[in-house]
Amino acid sequence: MRRVILFIDSFILWLLLTWTLNYQSLLVGAGFSLLVTVIFGKRFSQRPIKWFEPQRYFWLIVLYMPFFAWQCLKANVDVAYRVLHPKMPIEPGIVRVRTVLKSKIGRTVLANSITMTPGTLSVDIRDEYLYIHWIKVYAQDEENATRIIVKKFERFLVRIFE
Amino acid sequence: MREIIGIILIGIGVAFDVFGCIGLIRLPDVYNRLQAATKGVTVGTWGILIGVCVLVGFNSLGVKALLAVILIFFTSATASHALARGAHKSGTKLWKRSVCDRYEEDRKNAKIKN
Amino acid sequence: MSVLIIILLGLCFLCLLRVALGPTLADRMVAIDIMGILVVGVCTLLAVKLEREFLIDISLAWVFLSFIGTIALAKYLEGKKFDE
Repeated sequence: MRRVILFIDSFILWLLLTWTLNYQSLLVGAGFSLLVTVIFGKRFSQRPIKWFEPQRYFWLIVLYMPFFAWQCLKANVDVAYRVLHPKMPIEPGIVRVRTVLKSKIGRTVLANSITMTPGTLSVDIRDEYLYIHWIKVYAQDEENATRIIVKKFERFLVRIFE
Repeated sequence: MREIIGIILIGIGVAFDVFGCIGLIRLPDVYNRLQAATKGVTVGTWGILIGVCVLVGFNSLGVKALLAVILIFFTSATASHALARGAHKSGTKLWKRSVCDRYEEDRKNAKIKN
Repeated sequence: MSVLIIILLGLCFLCLLRVALGPTLADRMVAIDIMGILVVGVCTLLAVKLEREFLIDISLAWVFLSFIGTIALAKYLEGKKFDE
């Protein structure tokens, strides 16, 4: 099951990279996709059934991506403000937050999203705790930091990856 | 029309790159530099790639530019994460006016290993 | 377009300045990582300007090479073996 999905995914990637429908190219692409499937098939998705549920794609593409792009733009205006301000209004520190996500890919995307949002950078992740470097610390305790940093992403990511 | 939108996106991307690199030079310690530089330069490069995709249209070059956007989302943020963790474990101190450091406390209390 | 490419190359020199100045080892690695992403932008813009399509393949490969190099450097910084 998961091997079939991995084969199809790598073949689509090959098609996008070569951008041709020549039969020789297709044959070589199928061969390499098979090689990738044999080597990495065991480590791919834990629960492959998740790939067949269309509402996950809806949440990912229609709702999460525009929200994420908006957060990225805000982050960059924020960086520009802090960097160009003559006194540099920063109060850095490392805080601890906790997440409710269980799957590995969900936690990876959460950490990457936290890195791309205004003023936060994920430093380490241990089980359900994330350590976040915050360029201006608004709350030092765990509950308030979690509410400010993590919650806005979790409400999307729970629907997509759990 | 399409050319104008593409050039504007590329220009915005280069502007974000400039802010990120100014941050790399100006900010006081490793973690702040990593923060400003990663955000600024990653989103700047996304702007350039999407602008190129709009500029040349949906052909081989544009599709590869879009693929590069996805790759950069996973690689760049992960690399900055690894660098921050490595810097903290090798004993690089935070800036002297930092507010708090839970990570250091937890490592001292042996709540997490190594 | 040429102006933008020249600006990006100037930013690469800012990164090299940080490599030269950087008080700690970690600063230098951060600058190298950032320069890797800047080169991707330069290659993509060159691909459009010179109308040579292979340059975008170089930028795709550069993403991965820069990532692997940074991960190896970070592991070295952490003082660990590479097999974890």
